[in-house]
Amino acid sequence: MLKKVPASLKRWVMTLLVLGLLVWCAADIDWSTFRFFSWGTFRGTMANLMKPDWAAFYNGSTEDIFSLMLMTVAIGFFGTAIGTVLAIPFVLLSSRNLWKNPVIPRVGKFVTDVLRAFPELVYAIIFIKVVGPGPFAGVLAIGVHQIGMLGKLFTEEMERMDETAVEACHAVGANGIQTMFFARIPQLMPIYASLVLNHFEIAVRSASTLGLVGAGGIGATLIFAIQACRWPRVSIILLTVIVTVFLLDALTGWIRKKLR
Amino acid sequence: MKIKDTVHFQWYKSFFTVALIALCLGVSINATEANFKQLIGNIGQVQAFLNKLANPDFNYLPKLVTPMVKTLKMSAVGTALGVLLAIPFSFLATTVVTGNKIITNIFRFFLNIIRTVPNLLLAALLVAIIGIGEATGVVTIAIFTFGMVSQLLYEAIETIDLAPLEADEAVGANKLKIAVWAVWPQIMSAVASYTFYAFEINVRASTVLGYVGAGGIGVKLNEALGMFKYQRVSIIILFIFAVVVVVDTVSEAIRRRLK
Repeated sequence: MLKKVPASLKRWVMTLLVLGLLVWCAADIDWSTFRFFSWGTFRGTMANLMKPDWAAFYNGSTEDIFSLMLMTVAIGFFGTAIGTVLAIPFVLLSSRNLWKNPVIPRVGKFVTDVLRAFPELVYAIIFIKVVGPGPFAGVLAIGVHQIGMLGKLFTEEMERMDETAVEACHAVGANGIQTMFFARIPQLMPIYASLVLNHFEIAVRSASTLGLVGAGGIGATLIFAIQACRWPRVSIILLTVIVTVFLLDALTGWIRKKLR
Repeated sequence: MKIKDTVHFQWYKSFFTVALIALCLGVSINATEANFKQLIGNIGQVQAFLNKLANPDFNYLPKLVTPMVKTLKMSAVGTALGVLLAIPFSFLATTVVTGNKIITNIFRFFLNIIRTVPNLLLAALLVAIIGIGEATGVVTIAIFTFGMVSQLLYEAIETIDLAPLEADEAVGANKLKIAVWAVWPQIMSAVASYTFYAFEINVRASTVLGYVGAGGIGVKLNEALGMFKYQRVSIIILFIFAVVVVVDTVSEAIRRRLK
């Protein structure tokens, strides 16, 4: 038995172990794609990506990049709205401090966990079967996924909240509904609003990818442009997505700071 | 709190917020051609789908182990590359290290842009530029991790204790030496913790990356969805869920020990 392992030796062993693990992982990956990679093509693509096709941005039709982006934001907004409203019953069900019975919160949490386990793309594919391809399928997909995400975050906030106000309400004889409205909601409202705004931004980001399976938004146009190697068009679309998300980030950040 | 701050005196503010939200909601309902009648009418489809999902095809499970291991390996390599790349950039994105607001803001802007591109779009773009394959998946994960971790890291660097920096500066250390001897020891545990956090997120994300052909279990998921084999979709998602839970638990335990 070793009496005492010096800390530096321990650290070296750990580093070597991690490195070894990484090499083992890297060795198994098929790197052959890089063999067909040519710098000339790459440089050409990059040069084309630097010249965005401004004409496609706005031409008055409903199929230009500008209106597609607006549509994407609308999908994100409506999806988040649905998710927020439908998350509330799950929060009431799965918050430990609202129930004396320990089983019910566990059931509620399990449901939101399951809802979160499915990727949005899978929901999009399900809802395309239900309402047909189009933006509404994207809205529903985002909405259902957000129930899981917001439900979990809302529940965590509910469980973490300060119970003294609730106790004070109980002390003066308020019933469950009254404590809900006068103690819990005023405390949680700003936090929930902040979380919802944050998730609106996330929803817009995922709405821009849902077009991949035909659930509306800017994604489909982008994929077609990529497949056809129309790089100037790809570039303007990416630029629009980036600028929009950037602006939304700034806006929601500003509102969230005010809420605090 | 004054009486003027109560809701009765500030009702117009809430009214304005509610009206704005209602307006946005109206516009988005209109724009997305929402049709709840159709949704309720075709709810049977969801039921049929759920029935199939409720019967996962467990015989398919053995065939999923290899792609899942591949996904984990891709995530590990991608995360490591991303974090390695993120460390120098996050140093450059703080005034603590650069001492120059303009350089800092340029780097931050660049990092923000990278962070904004959605994961899946990044994968689609890289598939077009580099080609289909596992290597592309690793590169996507690396870039995604880079964006995520560099932001977390520069925020961590902003909050470090400045006294060791001053001490080093007083004895004449240059910027590089300060970074290595005064900043790095303070953020080392944060780096390790964020690496595991990023790995968790990447395992989740790389399951979807297969959709654009970037390798791993996502390819299997995509196949099953394409062939309408929902019993297989179900087992794949269950398996992913189980692995994510295990990864979550393990990385949480490691992160707690690092603190």
